[in-house]
Amino acid sequence: MCLAVPGKIVSVEEILGNRVGRIQFGGITREALLDLVPEAAVGDYVMVHVGFAISRVDEAEAARTYEVLAQMGMLEEDP
Amino acid sequence: MKYIDEYRDAKIARALLAALERNATRPWVLMEICGGQTHTLMRYGIDTLIPDRIELVHGPGCPVCVTPLEVVDKAIQIASRPDVIFVSYGDMLRVPGSSSDLLRVKASGGDVRIAYSPMEAVKIARANPERRVVFFGIGFETTAPANAMAVFEAKREGLRNFSMLVSHVLVPPAIRLLLESPANRVQGFIAPGHVCTVMGYWEYEALSRQYKVPIVVGGFEPVDLIEAIGMLVAQLEEGRAEAENQYVRSVSFAGNRPAQKVLGDVFEVTDRKWRGIGVIPQSGFRLRPEFAEHDAERIFGLADTAVEEPAECISAQVLQGLKKPVDCPAFGVRCTPENPLGAPMVSAEGACAAYYQYRRDTVKTS
Repeated sequence: MCLAVPGKIVSVEEILGNRVGRIQFGGITREALLDLVPEAAVGDYVMVHVGFAISRVDEAEAARTYEVLAQMGMLEEDP
Repeated sequence: MKYIDEYRDAKIARALLAALERNATRPWVLMEICGGQTHTLMRYGIDTLIPDRIELVHGPGCPVCVTPLEVVDKAIQIASRPDVIFVSYGDMLRVPGSSSDLLRVKASGGDVRIAYSPMEAVKIARANPERRVVFFGIGFETTAPANAMAVFEAKREGLRNFSMLVSHVLVPPAIRLLLESPANRVQGFIAPGHVCTVMGYWEYEALSRQYKVPIVVGGFEPVDLIEAIGMLVAQLEEGRAEAENQYVRSVSFAGNRPAQKVLGDVFEVTDRKWRGIGVIPQSGFRLRPEFAEHDAERIFGLADTAVEEPAECISAQVLQGLKKPVDCPAFGVRCTPENPLGAPMVSAEGACAAYYQYRRDTVKTS
């Protein structure tokens, strides 16, 4: 129920007073409302839950923490 | 897919598991609150990959599972009316009420529809002004802003035929209840990442400080969960009790302010009954009086009826992490996803359904 999926905003338009984004999830594109993430723009990744984006993925933070994990994975491979 | 695939990387998972094996010197009992996380743990077998001395127990974070029987019965009563189009998230349709379920209402001619988003119900209300459209507003803090937006939108457009049957619940009061129980064995919590995406994790910092218990906000992919378990074990081994955030790519300390704003505008905090647990004070949302004309409970004037859970179902203990699904004599025999005795066997997020899907070969069901 609390599932949220990361997708990339490919376009944004105003429909009936709502900010609607087209969001790409892998090969699928779906609409989601962006009213709860006013800071999100085309090219950003957002977490989408029941048709609403609930956060903009913090790319810098994600890259930084992933770097630490990836290095750990590399180290483990070395004998 | 970006932000998913890299968190399923086996190499990183193995490295994190090796570190956990080195760092966990004593037995620890940890609980993941969210049913989505339970599902990931079972699907990837993470519970079998971590050291044996770390026990994972599963929490009450399955909204479908904790929606009380009385509310399911109300939903069934409303959905059975000929003037109503009843719209629900798919998971709720097969949840047993005291004598029927929404799927049976649909089968016998009721207009029950499944929606992915509450805004679809608003759209249905717009297209069917002569029908009453009722949306089943369940969920935790993750889902509440979307449901709030739907009610807000209906009021803004003057869609008087749209209403919501609200049964929203909140995570922190449930954690407090678990921690105050004399039967509690949990020494560290994985807090639900998408609830905290909306609410932030300042409430969890307060809980961690008050009860001296480590809490780590965790994501939903295998690497996220193994890392969160590692962070909890590190705290426990070092004697720390803090709120930490593993899921930094989505969660900030303060959370999503616009989402919190709409929650405050549309809902107010109220006592809620949790299926299998009982009433938890100040543990849910109801609509504010300004939205009374969109409140299905008020419109349809349904009184609370006292109903009993099937005696054989141990979901109360399962939802509080006191028993595992496989401890239930009915598991996989008289209780299956096709014929569930209790809600945790219905929802994909329910602990019983997760065990049935991924673990039923390892238990004897005779």
